[in-house]
Amino acid sequence: MAELAVDKHVKYILAVEKNKDSFESVVMDHLRMNGAYWGLTALDLLGKLDSVNVDEVISWILKCQHESGGFSGNIGHDPHILYTLSAVQVLALFNKLDVLDIDKVATYITGLQNEDGSFSGDMWGEVDTRFSYIAICCLSILCCLDKINVEKAVSYILSCKNLDGGFGCTPGGESHAGQIFCCVGALALTGSLHYVDKDLLGWWLCERQVKSGGLNGRPEKLPDVCYSWWVLSSLIMIDRVHWIDKEKLVKFILDCQDVENGGISDRPDDAVDVYHTYFGVAGLSLLNYPGLKAIDPAYALPVDVVNRIFFSG
Amino acid sequence: MHGRPRKAPKPEEEAASVAKAQKLRALQTQFFSFHHNKIYTKEAVELSAKLLEINPESYTAWNYRKLAVEHYLSQPDCNPDLIKSVLDDELRVVENALRQNFKSYGAWHHRKWVISKGHSSVDNELRLLDKFQKADSRNFHAWNYRRFVAESMKRSEQDELKYTEDMIYKNFSNYSAWHNRSVLLSALFEKKAEGFLSKEKVLPEEYEFIHQAIFTDPDDQSGWFYHLWLLDQTVTTDSPLLASSWPGHGYDVLLVEDRCYNGSAFSPFTALHSDSGSFPIVLYFNQPVGGVSSSTVTVECGFNKNEDLLWKPLSASNSQTARVWVAHLKIPSSDLHSTVEVSVGHSKGIISTRGFEYSDPSMFSFKVHVQPMERGFSQVSVAESISLREENFKIYGTQSEESIINSFNQLSIKNGHESTASNWRSEALAKEIECFRELLSLMDCKIGKLTLARLLMAYDVMSYPFANKLVHSEEVLELYSDLMKLDPTHYQYYKDEHSMVLLQKVTSSKESLLQHCFQYKDSVSSAICGPICLRLNNLSLSRMGAFEKLLWVQMLDLSDNELQSIEGLEAMQLLSCLSLRNNKLRSLTALEPLRKLKLLRVLDISYNQIGDHSIDTTRYLCSSPLSHSVGSESNKDETVTSDVALIDNWEAFYIFIDFNLNQLDIVGNTIADEKFKSVLVKIMPKLKQLDGKLLG
Repeated sequence: MAELAVDKHVKYILAVEKNKDSFESVVMDHLRMNGAYWGLTALDLLGKLDSVNVDEVISWILKCQHESGGFSGNIGHDPHILYTLSAVQVLALFNKLDVLDIDKVATYITGLQNEDGSFSGDMWGEVDTRFSYIAICCLSILCCLDKINVEKAVSYILSCKNLDGGFGCTPGGESHAGQIFCCVGALALTGSLHYVDKDLLGWWLCERQVKSGGLNGRPEKLPDVCYSWWVLSSLIMIDRVHWIDKEKLVKFILDCQDVENGGISDRPDDAVDVYHTYFGVAGLSLLNYPGLKAIDPAYALPVDVVNRIFFSG
Repeated sequence: MHGRPRKAPKPEEEAASVAKAQKLRALQTQFFSFHHNKIYTKEAVELSAKLLEINPESYTAWNYRKLAVEHYLSQPDCNPDLIKSVLDDELRVVENALRQNFKSYGAWHHRKWVISKGHSSVDNELRLLDKFQKADSRNFHAWNYRRFVAESMKRSEQDELKYTEDMIYKNFSNYSAWHNRSVLLSALFEKKAEGFLSKEKVLPEEYEFIHQAIFTDPDDQSGWFYHLWLLDQTVTTDSPLLASSWPGHGYDVLLVEDRCYNGSAFSPFTALHSDSGSFPIVLYFNQPVGGVSSSTVTVECGFNKNEDLLWKPLSASNSQTARVWVAHLKIPSSDLHSTVEVSVGHSKGIISTRGFEYSDPSMFSFKVHVQPMERGFSQVSVAESISLREENFKIYGTQSEESIINSFNQLSIKNGHESTASNWRSEALAKEIECFRELLSLMDCKIGKLTLARLLMAYDVMSYPFANKLVHSEEVLELYSDLMKLDPTHYQYYKDEHSMVLLQKVTSSKESLLQHCFQYKDSVSSAICGPICLRLNNLSLSRMGAFEKLLWVQMLDLSDNELQSIEGLEAMQLLSCLSLRNNKLRSLTALEPLRKLKLLRVLDISYNQIGDHSIDTTRYLCSSPLSHSVGSESNKDETVTSDVALIDNWEAFYIFIDFNLNQLDIVGNTIADEKFKSVLVKIMPKLKQLDGKLLG
C-alpha cells in the first residue's frame, strides 16, 4: 500500500498559502480563516507546525476581529461565527488564547443564541445546527460555556433529530454526515450523548462506507475524503467506529494523495485542495495511522492541545 | 474543490485564470470600498450583483445587499411599487447565483430573508422549486427551502405527502423524498389528522409502498432506513413500560453483612451481601424516561420513609433521563423481616424522552430479611481475596432439582403487557416476515437477511411476552453469521448483533440460564459461599446485553470474550465482583459504566488492550471536564489531584475516583506499568490488593 507522503503535503500546504494569483484563491479569499485552520491543524498533525511564522499568523488573525468581538473570514469581510471558531482554534493550536479579550468573543457568540436555543451565524439570522456546534465548541475552548443556555441549545439540536438517528440543519432537515458531526459533537461537548440513538445512528453512519472503502455523506452519494472526518469522528464519539473496515478506508484516503505535488483530493485523481488535505490527514489520525498526532473527535484539534486546555494548571 | 480532475493547467489556462483573478479582485476591492463607506447607489448595488454572479459564496456581498434593501425600504418616499421592484431584484440575483452554485448557503438564506419580508408571492417560489428539484432531486437546501415555503403558505401536510409520492414514483432512489415523507407522516400522526388517526391503517400501506422500492433494487439504500422506521413504528408503543425491576415481585431478599452466610433457607439468587448499610431498588424501563421521584414511585416499608428516597437516573451525571433508575433503602441494623411495596406510576409525571406519559400503573412487593453481622465471620471476609478461576467454580445444578427451580422462579420477571401485543402489530410483522422470506428466495441480498433477522427478533419478543421464549433465535443467529461472510466490511456490526441475540437466547429460559450459573467455592476453606456467579465467559461476545434479565447478578464472569465495550452494565447495580479478563477493552474511559456500581469490590480487567490505541472511542462517553459532565460528587479530593499529574492521568482520575474497590487486576495492559500502578494506589487509597499483591 502507498504511504502518506508527509513531506510533500507539508510543502503543498505551505505553498497554497503563498499562491494568491489564481482564480481559485481569489474565490476562496473570504474563507481564508477556515483555510488557516485547515492548513495549520494538518501541519500540527504532521508534526510540522514549527515551519510557520507564529507572530505573522496571530497578527493577521487579530486584524480580522471586529468591534462586535466576532472574526471575519479575511480582512475587509464581515464577522461570522464560522470564522470566529477557526480563529479561536488556531490560537489554541499555538497556545496563544491569552492574546484574546475572551469576554468580548464570548459576548459576540452569546448574542447569537435565539429564544428557542438555536444559534444564528451572524446578525442576519441564518439558523443552522452547524452554528450550535460552533458556539458550543468555541465557548468551551474559552472555558465559558456557562454564558449560554446550554439546556435550550441541546433541546434545539434534539429537535433536528431524524427517523434514521441522524441530524439535519433545522427541524425536518435531512440527515447529512457533516451535520451529524456538528450535532453529535455539540452533544458530546455538553455531556449529552445519551440522547443519541447510538445503534441506529451507528448503522446509518457505517453504511456510508462504499465498495471502494471511502465514505459518502448521505445514502446513494459518491464517496469523498472529507467524510473520512465527518463520519469517522461521529462514529468515534458514539463508540461505533469498529463497524466499518478501517483498512479499506486508509487505502482510499492514501489513493487520493497527489504523490508528486502533495495535497489530497476528494476522490482519486481529482484536483487537490487544502480542505481535503486537512480532512484526509485528520481521518488518518482518527484511524491511528502511524506517525501522526492524535486528533480529538469533538474539538477537532490535536488531543495534546485539548488536554492542555482542560487538564493543565 | 469537488469533482474537478487533477491535471496540470496548460499555460494558456493558467494565464486565463490569472486574468480572471485580477478582474475579480478589482471588483472585490471596489465592492469593499462601497460596503465600508455605506454607499448604496444603483451603481454600487449592481456591482455587488456582478460579484455574486461570479462568486455566490462571497457572504459579505449578500450582507451588503441586505443593508441596501433596508436602506431603500427606510426611505421616506418608499412606496409599494418601489418595495416590489427592490425585492424582485433580490430574487433575480439569488436565482442567478443559484444557477452558478445550487448549494450556496448564502444565496438560499438571502432568498428566505427576502420572502420573509412578506411582500413577494410565495406561489412563485413553489414553481421555482419544482423546476430546481426536478434538476437535482437530492439537493437538501432545496428541500429545506421547500419546507419553509410550504409552512409560509400553509400548504397541507397531505399535499406535501402527495409530492413526495410523485417524486418517489419518478425514481425510487430518492432518500430525500423518503426522509421528508417520514417527517410529514410523523407530524400527521402527532396531530391525529383525519385518516392518520390509527397507525393500524396507515402502516400497512406504507409497507406496500416501500416494498416496491426495496424489491426494485435491494442494494439501493434509499428505502432501508424508512423500512426500519416503519418497523419501529409497528413495534414500539408510545407509552414507556416497566420492563423489570430488582427486587422482583414476590422476592424474598436476604441481606447479610458478611460475605459468607449460612442462609440455606434462602435462595442464593436473592441473598445479598452488602457492606454499605443500604441496598438498591432498581427500575428498568423499556425506553429512557424522566420524572421518576418519590412522588411518582412510592415505596412503603416499615424502615424507610418514602419521601426520604432519592431516585437517581443511571446515565451521564447531568442527565435527568435514563432507562434505569435506582434508589437506596437504608438497612436497619437489627433483625428484621419486613414487606416492601413499590408502586410505579400511580400519579402522573413519568415521561419518556419522546414526550409520552407512563400509563401502566403497576405494583410489586417483596420481603426483606436482615441477618445481622456475626463478628467472627467478618474478619475472614476482609482478608479474603476472590479469584474467578475455573477451579473455584462449581456448577449450580448439583443441588436438588426442586430447590433450583424454586430459586430460579424468584427471578421470573413480570413481562406481560397485554395491552401492547395488539393483533395488528403482530399481524403486520408476520406479513413482513413472509414478504422478506420471498425476497430472499428470489435473491441473496444483505438487506433482506438483515431485515428478516430484525423482524424475527421483534416478532419473538412481541408474540411471547408470557412464555418468554425465543423460537427464532437459532435462525436469527444463523442470519447474522451469514451476513458476516456476505458483507465483511461491516463484520463487526453483525458480530455485535449476534452477541446480543445470543445473550437474549441464553437468558430466555431457565434451562439455558442455569447452565451458566455457578457457585463460587473458596479456594482456601473450600466452603461454598457467596452468591451465584453467572459465567458468560468464552462465548466470543463482542458486546454485552440482556441487562433487563440480569439485574439480580452479583458475580459476573465475562472473561475470555471479545468485548470492546461494556455499555449498559451500569444497570447491574448488585454487581460486587466482575471479571473482564482477556477481552478487547481499549481505554480506561470504557470503564465508565462501572463508576455507577456502588457495590463493586472486585474487578479484573487484566489482559485487555488499555493503552494500545491513540484514539479513545469512549473519551466522550465518560464524565470529564471535556464534556462538562463532572458531577458534584467527583472532584472532591483535591489532595489527590495535587499529587497526581492530571494531564497524564485524567482518565484514571475521573474513572477510579468514584470506585470503592478492594481488589483490582490490571496486569497485561500496556498502560499498567509500575508508575501507573502507583498513581492508582493514590487515587484509590482503600484498595487492598493490586494484581494479586497485598498493599500495605
